[in-house]
Amino acid sequence: MIPAAFDYVKADTLDHAVQLLAEHGEDAKVIAGGHSLLPMMKLRLAFPTVLIDIRRAADASYVRVEGEEVAIGALTRHADLVASDVLAAEAPLLAEVAAHVGDPQVRHRGTIGGSVAHSDPAADLPSAVLASDATLVLQGPGGRREVKAADFFLGYFETVLSPDELLVELRVPRTGTGGWGYEKFVRRANDWAIVGVATVAGRVALANMGNKPLRAARTEEALASGASIADAAALAAEDTSPVEDMHANADYRRHLARVLTRRALEAAAARP
Amino acid sequence: MQVTITVNGETRTDEVEPRLLLVHYLRDVAGLKATNIGCDTSSCGACTVHVDGESVKSCTVLAAQADGTSVTTLEGLAQGETLHPVQTAFRAEHGLQCGFCTPGMVMAAASLLKENPSPSEQEVREGLEGNICRCTGYHNIVRAVLAAADTMAGKDATGTDASGSDAEAVTA
Repeated sequence: MIPAAFDYVKADTLDHAVQLLAEHGEDAKVIAGGHSLLPMMKLRLAFPTVLIDIRRAADASYVRVEGEEVAIGALTRHADLVASDVLAAEAPLLAEVAAHVGDPQVRHRGTIGGSVAHSDPAADLPSAVLASDATLVLQGPGGRREVKAADFFLGYFETVLSPDELLVELRVPRTGTGGWGYEKFVRRANDWAIVGVATVAGRVALANMGNKPLRAARTEEALASGASIADAAALAAEDTSPVEDMHANADYRRHLARVLTRRALEAAAARP
Repeated sequence: MQVTITVNGETRTDEVEPRLLLVHYLRDVAGLKATNIGCDTSSCGACTVHVDGESVKSCTVLAAQADGTSVTTLEGLAQGETLHPVQTAFRAEHGLQCGFCTPGMVMAAASLLKENPSPSEQEVREGLEGNICRCTGYHNIVRAVLAAADTMAGKDATGTDASGSDAEAVTA
């Protein structure tokens, strides 16, 4: 399969990338690892006229502590998240979830910014970013703005990013090494979650239980008011509208959400 | 557009279309046919090569994205007549049936052992999750990777010539 023809330009820095986006308009697409965009282009589901390659922008691959947060450059690859000592000590949920993305070859290419901006509700990292209560830093021609993860995802492959904006950084609260869990149910190796559940610091987020990653609000409220893990997890599928596909119908997905939430919360409790 | 890529140690500059995939560049422009195209959807891993020493699926990378990098294909893994320990082990342990997935398996395994030189059997199976063998010949493949890890560790421990395992460092 061959993508439709396009022009290719390289951005040296994030500022350069934003400038190129402004220059080329909304028919341009940004490419980093390309492991979501290129398959869509090969299937001709996407046919940008210009690709702006930001993968080697010099200033956007890092994981570092900044005050009470961990700052992660948008171009940090999944493999780098997995290997990060800073994440292991300060926000291990993200490192663990990154290890579930695709397979080693995919993790050598894909980036956290790309995965989050792509906004696939079945992907691993968006739900983890939501559970982490991350702040996302977007850069456009007018400068930078910050958006909470809870406000970032709008639906299938849709976010609050405007066509001239770039996701440049994610910031998550430092959690220490405890209180987190991730459960992902798949039938095949290197696949998307049929249902995924990420939890950290009493927050719970669900993958593939709707058209975007969702917080399990009823579960969180129950936990906050002292309910047992089993009782709180039983509420995980409330207010969700999961899809039906060849892997699972909606009832089965709701069942999985409840079971996986219980397991994730038990794992979090076992990591004090 | 022009790309300059070091393929198996040889730096070459070619005029390519921006949409040219790395796997097509390697097969059709560089003439290296070991890298197979299987699923063409970054699922099967038959097209696995190394870019700057790390495994990638070359059906999902543009040649343009590989500009300025060093790419190693199966043809570049051996050093002269000396096979890479993973290649030797695949032969010794019969880590193949039809052979179609083998180039990708060998490249994925070599990358895996670079990152984790002494993996458990479980880690080998998980480390090869991006590579599919339609013959389901996984048992001997896993055995071959474990044998290669032992060979490479043994060479390092005794300080004898590790030219096979270092082949990529020479070309990178």
